[in-house]
Amino acid sequence: MGIPYSYSLRNLRTRLLTTTLTAAGMALVVFVFASVLMLSEGLRQTLTATGSYDNVVLIRKSSVSEVQSGVERGQASLLEIQPEVASGPDGRPMLAKEVVVLISLPKRDSGKPSNVTIRGIGKGSLSLRPQVTLAQGRMPRPGSWEIVTGGSIARRFRGAGLGETLRFAMRDWRVVGIFDAGNTGFNSELWGDADQLMQAFNRPVYSSVIFRMRDPSEFQAFRDRIVSDPRLTVEPKREIRYYEEQSEMMSKFLNILGLSLSIIFSLGATIGAMITMYAAVATRTSEIGTLRALGFGRGSILTAFLLEALFLSLIGGLLGLFFASFMQLITVSTLNFQTFSELAFSFSLNSRIVVASLMFSLFMGFVGGFLPAVRAARMNIVEALRTG
Amino acid sequence: MTMPPPIVRIEDLYKSYSRGSQIIPVLEKITFDIAEGEFLALMGPSGSGKTTLLNLIAGIDKADSGAILVAGTDISLLSETELAAWRSRNVGFIFQFYNLIPVLTALENVELPLLLTGLSKRGRLEHAVAALSAVNLDDRMEHYPSELSGGQQQRVAIARAVVTDPTILVADEPTGDLDRVSAAEILDLMARLNMELRKTIIMVTHDPRAAEKANVTRHLDKGVLNSDVQP
Amino acid sequence: MYSLKLILKNTFRHKLRTFLTMMGIVVALLAFGLLRTVITTWYGMVDAASASRLVTRNSISLIFPLPISYYEKIRHVDGVKSVTYGTWFGGIYIDAKHFFANEALEPKGFLDLYPEYVLRPDQKNAFILDRKGFIAGRKLVEKYGWKTGDTVTLKGTIFPGNWDFVMRGIYSGRTRNTEESAFIFHWDYLNETLKKTAPRRADQAGFYIIGLTDPNRAAEVSLAIDGMFRNSMAETITETEKAFHLGFLAMSEAILVAIRMLSMVVILIIMVVMANTMVMTARERMGEYAVFKTLGFGGGYIAGLILGESLLICLAGCMIAVVLTYPVADIFAAALSDFFPVFVVSRTTIYLDIAASVFVAVVAAVVPARRAMTLTIAQGLRRIG
Repeated sequence: MGIPYSYSLRNLRTRLLTTTLTAAGMALVVFVFASVLMLSEGLRQTLTATGSYDNVVLIRKSSVSEVQSGVERGQASLLEIQPEVASGPDGRPMLAKEVVVLISLPKRDSGKPSNVTIRGIGKGSLSLRPQVTLAQGRMPRPGSWEIVTGGSIARRFRGAGLGETLRFAMRDWRVVGIFDAGNTGFNSELWGDADQLMQAFNRPVYSSVIFRMRDPSEFQAFRDRIVSDPRLTVEPKREIRYYEEQSEMMSKFLNILGLSLSIIFSLGATIGAMITMYAAVATRTSEIGTLRALGFGRGSILTAFLLEALFLSLIGGLLGLFFASFMQLITVSTLNFQTFSELAFSFSLNSRIVVASLMFSLFMGFVGGFLPAVRAARMNIVEALRTG
Repeated sequence: MTMPPPIVRIEDLYKSYSRGSQIIPVLEKITFDIAEGEFLALMGPSGSGKTTLLNLIAGIDKADSGAILVAGTDISLLSETELAAWRSRNVGFIFQFYNLIPVLTALENVELPLLLTGLSKRGRLEHAVAALSAVNLDDRMEHYPSELSGGQQQRVAIARAVVTDPTILVADEPTGDLDRVSAAEILDLMARLNMELRKTIIMVTHDPRAAEKANVTRHLDKGVLNSDVQP
Repeated sequence: MYSLKLILKNTFRHKLRTFLTMMGIVVALLAFGLLRTVITTWYGMVDAASASRLVTRNSISLIFPLPISYYEKIRHVDGVKSVTYGTWFGGIYIDAKHFFANEALEPKGFLDLYPEYVLRPDQKNAFILDRKGFIAGRKLVEKYGWKTGDTVTLKGTIFPGNWDFVMRGIYSGRTRNTEESAFIFHWDYLNETLKKTAPRRADQAGFYIIGLTDPNRAAEVSLAIDGMFRNSMAETITETEKAFHLGFLAMSEAILVAIRMLSMVVILIIMVVMANTMVMTARERMGEYAVFKTLGFGGGYIAGLILGESLLICLAGCMIAVVLTYPVADIFAAALSDFFPVFVVSRTTIYLDIAASVFVAVVAAVVPARRAMTLTIAQGLRRIG
């Protein structure tokens, strides 16, 4: 049996200020690391929740998003009669032809404008998105200048609340309802009648067509046929994949920036741990000599000090995670570089992130504690006993 | 009448240290025996090599040449790992500055060497408590070293040294940091261990009063053992 | 200078610890510098924008174009010296990973309005004469190895199809803040092609850029232009180019705030590490400090020694960090050239590095200095041996 672990643990308690400071440094790094992962996960969740595996989105070939795309009425009608489109309970195809544009609206708090997505919907649009439910008020009447706003927009932007009016395209649009789309991207959108919006913006073409597949496994065959049809200039994507692509650039940016920062920060905390452990070894030189004299091998000494560093980093990691978990209360709203429109998402913690953060923390402790532990293990017994 | 074999036999021991390019001899052609049950005081001026000799016998240092046989085992032939195991079973240490582990209680300190044996937790506790009783510290078992006086700490150290029932006890200036009263107590304790339990004790000291308690005294001077032996 | 020598010697007593601490400071300040440079670069793109040029766009949002007929009307507004127009093209080169700005602009007016884009006269002429020609920034050309006369194809996203262009010139930026990574071609080429393939989308411009006769009249002229188009099919918003870019920035405000906070976190980390080092160092020397006191030195002197050592380590680390910041920033810039066409470390960042070091040094020295000052001689001497 080796040196009991209580030796490592209690030594942390002896120099409380040092232990606290070192653990605090690690906690800060783990906080950043976990927050970045949580933000990335929150973004991913928002965007994948936004799409449905059973739905297909069709936009113009080579367009990156609905905003850039144009689907002519003729093509849209052709798509309506495709066999893969599921039929609703009323016998009609579960398909919607939508127009999507960006408008600039001022935020409530700062007055600064931001681009907001406005979606012209058809009768089938709401039922295609089970994640979206009407929270207050009602849906806009077809043919009217009424709109509904997503919860996030209603909160954040002037004139977007229930009963308020927004002015754009030379008309006043009344907000007759607010919908709740959970944490999906739809929460950052305004919806109105497609035909009215197309008229107001002088846009005679749709942006996209969305429908529910009668059998999701038919997607690939459907795609191959549509893409090679010379009458059509559209490209189908699974809705889930479409929204994933929208966030790729943003995700990549967050991940690169966040992770490279975490690594740099971790260097600082690891150095802190190294300094602390070297000092611990130096202070306890005669103890090390005694333990070796009593018969404990070099391996036991190495393990005891390494364990001390690992306990230290574990404390730091748990502390960092604790504070990071509070980030879940914050919602981030920013411009999505790819779609150019406002997107709101939040931090999301899951067990994978907890594990990753703790492993990261322990890794820091291991790296920081290794060399000092080796130094302790390599000491010559006689010299160590001579000190102190 | 045949004499029982010596518990420690040292033959032609040489030891030197190198400082940079210089080689400084510390022990030269040391040869002597220590009988079982002997209480040996190793004396000499500072720099005479007595601590080095003690370290070599205890197995925490390696000689340049020569043989050290303890209870029949030539420890100069053992590898480092084997030496560590050998020490845990055969040597009890008593240091000048007690060298107790500060974060462990008195009981846990005494229990420490037992972790290297195969004893169960219960077995270890039994032995440790017994050792602490033998040095009259039953009432201080849960105290940390910082809560004990110098004399009490040394008694804990002695309990730790005897708890594994080692072949030899080595003590390096055991009274060096103690006041006269505590020093006398410790020396009495060691003498009792020697007489009642027949423990072989090898003690390095420069204190003549300590030497009085021993039953054999040897003098080292400049690495050479003087031939006079006081029984 | 005895004290200084003492501080110096003390600092290097524990070489490994001092070295490690300095390394920690270097790493932290490098991170701090990089983060700050991300922010200053973002804002720098605003600074590069002019307060004497105006941008007119559709009031609904950027994705809606303006009729080309507005050109003549804007030209005749009082205070307008020159007008040019263009449309964001957003084409893809090879694949979406290779991102750079590409725009269709009216070439002559554009080059006149943007003297910060420096182009050789022969290249400028070649570009203006060839409707299929394009010019590109120096950094972009270096990255892809294009040569004058090469044909480059962009895949249109907003305007579908494969578009071929011929390289006619390379521009360089007059100042360090001017980007050199854009791809500019003729608006006429876009328009003529649209007339044939998608006539509904032809004769439209994404934005107008206006040069003023008197920069002080910016607000007045903006209002005049917008007033002219109120209640028409395409209402406009006109603002200075600076305001236009600031608007973009504001949309990504959340990210900038996050980065600012991160830069403070890194300073916190190093403060913690530094404080730890000073606490440990001072604790080990308590005995010596007691001896100093017996000799007659006051608590203030000892606090000064501790502070001096703290400052020495921090400032030494800072110096190394400052020297390394430039090459590290260059590496960073190369790796993230897609996101940051310009990545220049500003002098303010360096000053902040120094300020942060001093701040950290002082804070780290507080607790040990206080302990040393309130230490009684007896307590301290007990610690020796």
